[in-house]
Amino acid sequence: MIRLSIQARQALARLTLPVLIVASFAMMLLGKADALLAERARTALADGLAPIYAALAAPLGRVHDAVNEAVNLWDMRDENARLRDENEKLRRWQSIALALDAENQRLKASLHWIPDPDASFVTARVVADAGGVYAKAVLLSVGPNHGIRKGEIAVDERGLVGRVTEVGSRTARVLLLTDLNSRIPVTLETSRAHAILIGTNGPRPRLLYWPEGVVPQEGERIVTSAEANAFPANLPIGAVHYAGNGAPEVEPAAMLQKLEVVRIFDYGLNGVTAPEPAARATPGRH
Amino acid sequence: MAYIDRRPGIRPRPTLGRRLDIAARAGVPGCLTILLMLLTEAPLGIAGQATLLPAVALCSVWFWSLVRPESFPPPLVFVIGLLLDLLGYLPLGAGMFTLLCVHGVALTLRRGLALRGFVWIWLVFALVASAASLAIWLLVMLLNFRLLSPRPAMFMAVLSVAIYPVLAVPFAAAHRSVANPEDA
Repeated sequence: MIRLSIQARQALARLTLPVLIVASFAMMLLGKADALLAERARTALADGLAPIYAALAAPLGRVHDAVNEAVNLWDMRDENARLRDENEKLRRWQSIALALDAENQRLKASLHWIPDPDASFVTARVVADAGGVYAKAVLLSVGPNHGIRKGEIAVDERGLVGRVTEVGSRTARVLLLTDLNSRIPVTLETSRAHAILIGTNGPRPRLLYWPEGVVPQEGERIVTSAEANAFPANLPIGAVHYAGNGAPEVEPAAMLQKLEVVRIFDYGLNGVTAPEPAARATPGRH
Repeated sequence: MAYIDRRPGIRPRPTLGRRLDIAARAGVPGCLTILLMLLTEAPLGIAGQATLLPAVALCSVWFWSLVRPESFPPPLVFVIGLLLDLLGYLPLGAGMFTLLCVHGVALTLRRGLALRGFVWIWLVFALVASAASLAIWLLVMLLNFRLLSPRPAMFMAVLSVAIYPVLAVPFAAAHRSVANPEDA
């Protein structure tokens, strides 16, 4: 080690903070110049931490379940009555659905309908928030040989969750449909009109760009549209809800606040997947 | 501290065990901070959990920069800032710059605040945390070329101020015991 005089050492110690502040500005520039660098560092960090979080998920989940159990015991009577009502309603709907399904099958058979290909899926556990304060995303823990690719579709048991945006060796990051950067082509179910669902970082994304002459109805169901080849058609997203300022928003069907397990579907779509870095260099621009 | 150490004079080099002990104690603030930051990312299932990470980082940097800056040097703050940017999905450099500024402010106010009580430190921290939340908000907007709702920034400031006493009490206990190199 180099021996310095006490004065020189004190001067150096006083310089460290300004130099590091300048270095943090340099990091900002570096992060802007090479966005992939930060992404790769994050994925590597997430890959390292995911097993720890996955191991923690089980005991933490048990604590959660115990708390929920206690709360549930408290209002079991009311809950029971509510469920009985709901069950009756659902039974009526089930008979309607079964009749419609049978009719649908008959009609398809008489039309020689080509069935949609079955999509393959993997199920993964959500281990951490991957959005921070200014983004909405979740981190999935997936096995080492998962085969998940960017652009695949994440769905929970109720509806669309989002799309895979980053894939590491043990983790995948899913950008939620509520994120500020999320744009999803959708169809209004009753009018069949197309629109775009735009995330705002808030709990309800906004509905924009529906055609003239069509007005999204309160409570109307919103499904994905196959336009742009990014999503398969008719995945449920949610229902229209008019906000206080009169702008139509969509209440997501998926439980985005407490995602635990999601399914990642591979529909073989690559409409708007971000190009890989090697393929990005366009001729004439280097 | 042994009695002999309290008197001035030349004495033999401390033994290896003692030097290790001193180093470990000096490392407590940094390790504690990083560990807490990693813990805030665990699947706890709390609403608004994402804001805990910057809040914990702000509280830790403020506390340790005030009470034990010799164990909390700027390079450590830099590393904690990097961790905040990477784990918190902030644009690279935003959290880093803000935490370094908080560290600098704590160092300048250190002498003045040392004589005051906890409430004063907390009140000044409320100002610092608000400024830091504002700085992160502005930097995120600047680096993403995007207008963002100020609500997350306000929530970050409020949460930081609210959890400061919760963290400060165990930190103060650690400061007097396990993080004190003079106890080695």
